[in-house]
Amino acid sequence: MQLSQFSGSRMTSQHDAAQAHAPGVHIAVNREVAGHVQGKVKLRARNVEVFYGEKQALFDVSLDVRDNAVTALIGPSGCGKSTFLRCINRMNDTVAIARVSGTIEIDGENINDRAVDPVLLRARVGMVFQKPNPFPKTIFENVAYGPRIHGLATSKSELEGVVESSLKRAGLWNEVADRLHQPGTGLSGGQQQRLVIARAIAVNPEVILMDEPCSALDPIATAKIEELIDELRTQYCLVIVTHSMAQAARVSQETAFFHLGRLVETGPTGEIFTNPRDTRTQDYITGRFG
Amino acid sequence: MTDAILAPAAARPEASARNAAMQARLKVRRGQEMRFKLYGRIAIVTALMFLVLLLGRIIHQGYTTFIDYRISIPVTLDASRIDKADLGGTNFDMIVADAVLAKLGTKDDDFGGASTKVMQIISNDLGFQLLKQVRADPSLIGKTITVTGPVKADAALYYKGEIKRSTLPENRKLDDQQLDWLDKLKSAGAVSSGFNISFLTHSDSTEPEQAGVWGAVVGSAMMLFVTALLAVPVGTLAAVYLEEFAPKNRWTDVIEVNINNLAAVPSIVYGLLGLAVFINWLGVPRSSPLVGGLVLALMALPTVIIATRSALKAVPPSIREAALGVGASKTQTVFHHVLPLAMPGVMTGAILSLAHALGETAPLLMIGMISFVPGAPENLISSATVLPVQVFIWENASERAFHERTAGAIIVLLVFMILMNLTAIMLRRRFERRW
Repeated sequence: MQLSQFSGSRMTSQHDAAQAHAPGVHIAVNREVAGHVQGKVKLRARNVEVFYGEKQALFDVSLDVRDNAVTALIGPSGCGKSTFLRCINRMNDTVAIARVSGTIEIDGENINDRAVDPVLLRARVGMVFQKPNPFPKTIFENVAYGPRIHGLATSKSELEGVVESSLKRAGLWNEVADRLHQPGTGLSGGQQQRLVIARAIAVNPEVILMDEPCSALDPIATAKIEELIDELRTQYCLVIVTHSMAQAARVSQETAFFHLGRLVETGPTGEIFTNPRDTRTQDYITGRFG
Repeated sequence: MTDAILAPAAARPEASARNAAMQARLKVRRGQEMRFKLYGRIAIVTALMFLVLLLGRIIHQGYTTFIDYRISIPVTLDASRIDKADLGGTNFDMIVADAVLAKLGTKDDDFGGASTKVMQIISNDLGFQLLKQVRADPSLIGKTITVTGPVKADAALYYKGEIKRSTLPENRKLDDQQLDWLDKLKSAGAVSSGFNISFLTHSDSTEPEQAGVWGAVVGSAMMLFVTALLAVPVGTLAAVYLEEFAPKNRWTDVIEVNINNLAAVPSIVYGLLGLAVFINWLGVPRSSPLVGGLVLALMALPTVIIATRSALKAVPPSIREAALGVGASKTQTVFHHVLPLAMPGVMTGAILSLAHALGETAPLLMIGMISFVPGAPENLISSATVLPVQVFIWENASERAFHERTAGAIIVLLVFMILMNLTAIMLRRRFERRW
């Protein structure tokens, strides 16, 4: 069952299809070697295509994302990885000219269905952006905003509890406990990014999307965020877009390589980096282009 | 690969020749920079000079408005000259004139010529005061009381040096005898000068020495209140809808172009519109602060909308994404995050357009605010005038003393505007601090 699901997530582009020999077996072996304990498939994308006006940004992407794992989306600039990420919480809805087709299921429910309210969806699928974007309010207000608008806390003390636990889970509590009511924009870049992560997990999401979360940070802050991502994996399904292949190798269990709007190859991270089956993947990870 | 881009070393110009060429270009570039800076400084100095000239002229012309000359005179309320049954019919001005003549040590002639001349140098305000006091307390009749009031505007101009003895008699209203009397009154200590508080507390009057700006200030304040109450919320919300919610299609393009055009429509056209719609069709009382405020609100709306839209556009998209990302609805995103961040810009736009509305005259002429209103408006639908119109009315007056008041009213208007702009800056600071 698991194997067939995974092979379903295999790339469908013609180029890749020629090389896709016995993928299921291959992956099974790899997973055994790596010793990952991964959850069931949380998110299932099928034939996702995105158009910005006349321009097609994403071509027929089908991908399965597992729970309690980090899936890294890699690829050169403009390859559509961020576009795909933004499909998962329907942020593309906010772009007037964007048009999305195909299905994305979270626990079997198609999020592109008309009946699904994007506002509620975004409470289930949190997002962390490239540049830290805390609200220009206090640290407390930043974290409390989500629970407040969703009515997740009935009393002030409960809200304070949510804020505290979120900040603790984001590894920020010890640094900000004594200045909760100072502006969040006064924190350092790395702290701001962890604050934003705390804000995302305060609404208790199932999936957390991260769009190059470390690209604006220094190496030490990046290390902290990567550590945090590894911890969050135990509770959430994480999808992370990154330009740094080293980062993808460090934090992710599965990797999907995008190129020119197509999903070229996907599989366990170790396999993608050591034994890519598509020449384009190989060229990219060895630094020949991108 | 890099070899292909770089030319072979031999084909490159000599390093020294290249250096010389670069040096020459550098000189040109520095020259350009210097010239541009110089132009900028010249422009700023010129602008400042004109500003100083304008303010200097207005202040020079208008400061004397804030000095007044008041006369204090003991008046004996002779019971034989006052008809208790008909106080209004009593000629208190004549009683005051006789008192002044007594002070001067002369007497009225049989034809009343001297008292008539005195009445030309002493304001009838003193007579009014007597009437009021006697009305309030008839037991004053028969006693001697001291009344204090302004001298006539022409007499004040003499004291201020605007009219001199050397001024040709046909160019002044007062003859030499009256000027003698004024000198005598002053040396006797009956006339004193001070800050002209009545210019700020009185409303318009046909007598320049009694005319003040209070009515116009109240009228301006009321009218601006109506304008602000309508234009700011409506304009801001309209901008929010157009910027954040409206679909981007041909209709919204047409609306946007029209709003930009409306901001450039001559203000007198808004006056015509107000006359046709608010007064003739809706029956709003003419020359009231309400109709003035309505017209100016229409005029201010496009400016408020344009300013608010650009303030909203300047809010970084990352804030919208952040709010949407945690599951805020569009409305929550806008009203919790985007609009508060845009607030300093919105406030600046609003206050600037209100300051513009404060100085607007032309549309108000169309809706009857040019009328002579000798008192402050009691409510939003009573007749009123406003500061710039008051300036306009006084400027057109033939009496010389009103010209001084024109400059005085302009000073009051400028102070009003500076206060408004200061408020704008303070509000801006406060909002910026909060966020």
